[in-house]
Amino acid sequence: MPNYRMNLLVCGGTGCKASGSSEIIEIFEKEIEKAGLKDEIHVITTGCFGFCEKGPIVKVTPDNVFYVEVNSEKAVRIINEHIIKGRIVEEYLYKEPITKEFLPEQSDMPFYKKQIRIALRNCGFIDPENIYEYIAADGYQALGKVLSEMTPEEVIEEVKKSGLRGRGGGGFPTGLKWEMTRKSESKQKYVICNADEGDPGAFMDRSILEGDPHSVLEAMAICGYCIGADKGYIYIRAEYPLAIQRLRIAIKQAYELGLLGKNILSSNFSFDIDLKYGAGAFICGEETALINSIEGGRGEPTVKPPFPAQKGLWKKPTNINNVETFANICPIILKGADWFKSIGTEKSKGTKVFALAGKVNNVGLVEVPMGLTLREIIYDLGGGIKGGKAFKAVQTGGPSGGCIPKEHLDTPIDYDNLTKIGSMMGSGGMIVMDEDDCMVNIAKFYLEFTCDESCGRCTPCRVGNMRMLEILKEITKGRGTMEHLEELKDLGQTIKDTALCGLGQTSPNPVLSTMNFFWNEYVAHVKDKTCPAGVCTALLKYYILPEKCVGCTACAKVCPTNAISGEVRKTHVIDREKCIKCGACMATCRFNAITRR
Amino acid sequence: MSEYNLDSKKLRKLEEYIDGIEEKEGSLINILHEAQDIFGYLPKELQLFIARKCNIPASKVFGVVTFYSYFTMEPRGQHVINICMGTACFVKGAEKILEEFKKILEIKEGNMSKDGMFTVNTLRCVGACGLAPVVMVDGKVYGRVKVEDVEDIIKEYRE
Repeated sequence: MPNYRMNLLVCGGTGCKASGSSEIIEIFEKEIEKAGLKDEIHVITTGCFGFCEKGPIVKVTPDNVFYVEVNSEKAVRIINEHIIKGRIVEEYLYKEPITKEFLPEQSDMPFYKKQIRIALRNCGFIDPENIYEYIAADGYQALGKVLSEMTPEEVIEEVKKSGLRGRGGGGFPTGLKWEMTRKSESKQKYVICNADEGDPGAFMDRSILEGDPHSVLEAMAICGYCIGADKGYIYIRAEYPLAIQRLRIAIKQAYELGLLGKNILSSNFSFDIDLKYGAGAFICGEETALINSIEGGRGEPTVKPPFPAQKGLWKKPTNINNVETFANICPIILKGADWFKSIGTEKSKGTKVFALAGKVNNVGLVEVPMGLTLREIIYDLGGGIKGGKAFKAVQTGGPSGGCIPKEHLDTPIDYDNLTKIGSMMGSGGMIVMDEDDCMVNIAKFYLEFTCDESCGRCTPCRVGNMRMLEILKEITKGRGTMEHLEELKDLGQTIKDTALCGLGQTSPNPVLSTMNFFWNEYVAHVKDKTCPAGVCTALLKYYILPEKCVGCTACAKVCPTNAISGEVRKTHVIDREKCIKCGACMATCRFNAITRR
Repeated sequence: MSEYNLDSKKLRKLEEYIDGIEEKEGSLINILHEAQDIFGYLPKELQLFIARKCNIPASKVFGVVTFYSYFTMEPRGQHVINICMGTACFVKGAEKILEEFKKILEIKEGNMSKDGMFTVNTLRCVGACGLAPVVMVDGKVYGRVKVEDVEDIIKEYRE
């Protein structure tokens, strides 16, 4: 390998690619060639840096300089100034929004300061399509250590001691799961990696697979060694073409070097990995449904017990873990359970990756130690609410979770605390909402999702959620009654108690948690027939403010139903009988004289 | 293969793919993915062909096709426009973007435009929440889409 004096790391994640990072790579390569520096400067496409808001991202090492929002013009200047002349182009750096200072180093940026990167350790650091870069970053060392120095029991003990819990949603202790599968007697066992990341707004698994696919393959092999399996499957969403492509490359390279396949590293242990595609069914994230889907059937869940650890894929003992859980395994083996245990809270160890999205300034992927508060994540890392609006709620746990209001912003985040306040960790989606979001409408959005995705197997979920949705629709149309609210609560509780699978049991959470924390908003919709956030169109009323109206007639001309009348240069009025609430008048008025309440 | 009213060249390609698989029943979903890639959609006849080829009941194939939202039994337009309806996109106005596409192309969700150029669909989160709201045309991702951009996106593919 040539000895490069400088590396240009360009983010090749889905987010930055959509912002044009592929073109930047081309420009870099062309400019470097032009300058005759091909043997000195190396351009590397990496996985996601996490800071999607400011993409495309380019990092220069060893100078440790972090450029944001790079475009083709900036790319040329970075080569000419920084690479050739050694002068950092200051104005392309991240600008601290308060001090207005330019920050060259990643670790100084508030977005990264409080992060501890374990699962994301290699994302934005190595080229995911080159196995040697993974190996140079201690890759496959854990597998080597396990195969040559440790018994399966010792490895399981270490994972148990670390306190690692499932990162896919349930939070079940990983070591215990491995032990259960090991103890099930069978000649054939399986390892499955659940990469069916279906929570809307969560993209950590995608980023890990795109940025560091080998960390998952290596951990799956370690798991296979522990439980006595020689075959692994990765069940991945068909909606993630880039992740699929990178996984395929990674699997091929691992086979070529003998890190997968027969007699790995000259041991007696053999392990194969295959990809299985999902086909757009949210329910397949549930482990029994996922197994049915891998077997080629409809992805409907089955009753537990028997658990997959006893009877899973093709009725054989099967261990299923989520992508992020697997990504934590190798560091635990290499650095030890005690190191891992030292991070996090009493009952939730280590870190968690969150996908911060919605109305927050710094959208992106963050990995933080358990126990950080929601406020720290949203305000310190996330940079606060977009456009200076007021924070209203943060939604965690996707369609199984709930909305958390500002009273609970100082809750330290871990599995148990989130459950206590009526939400859940889930896979780690964190969607920030501001004063313009109507909580009834948000609850309706999640229920629509659940009704769409309910597999139909059990009545509480199939029919119950549909009835709840109907009630919510009535409420947002201004036909709600106080009895409706009672019925919603009742139905929600019944579904929680009686649905077949984990998804059904948690599906009423978005409604119940918003009713719990934003009861007044529901009452406003039902009693006063108003939508405080101004979202539910059926409840809105348009008014012309007499003190601002100059009588220009623009609104009357644009109204499709001729609901606005008035003489030139005199205050106009809206006939509420005729008004269809299209908002055309408001968009047209140049004097801000039209408002809606 | 003349018993099926399907393009025989495409059918042969699919047959080769299926022949290369040892464990056919467990690979049904992968086979359906391949079939949809080749044909663009999964008409009943094609499902029957796959069922016979893999020696599984046609009712099971139909059951699987209708269960998963990724599979479609309707022909698709030359370009598939997917509007992300994940939460992050939803709170940033994805609904309005969908309406605009439907209005300009005069179609309903999941349908093909009259000229056979476009199909409009929604999907759940492409994982590019940093760029919300997101529209995906074929494989290309468009980020931070505004209602005004919709017409330009359609134009790009019409030309």
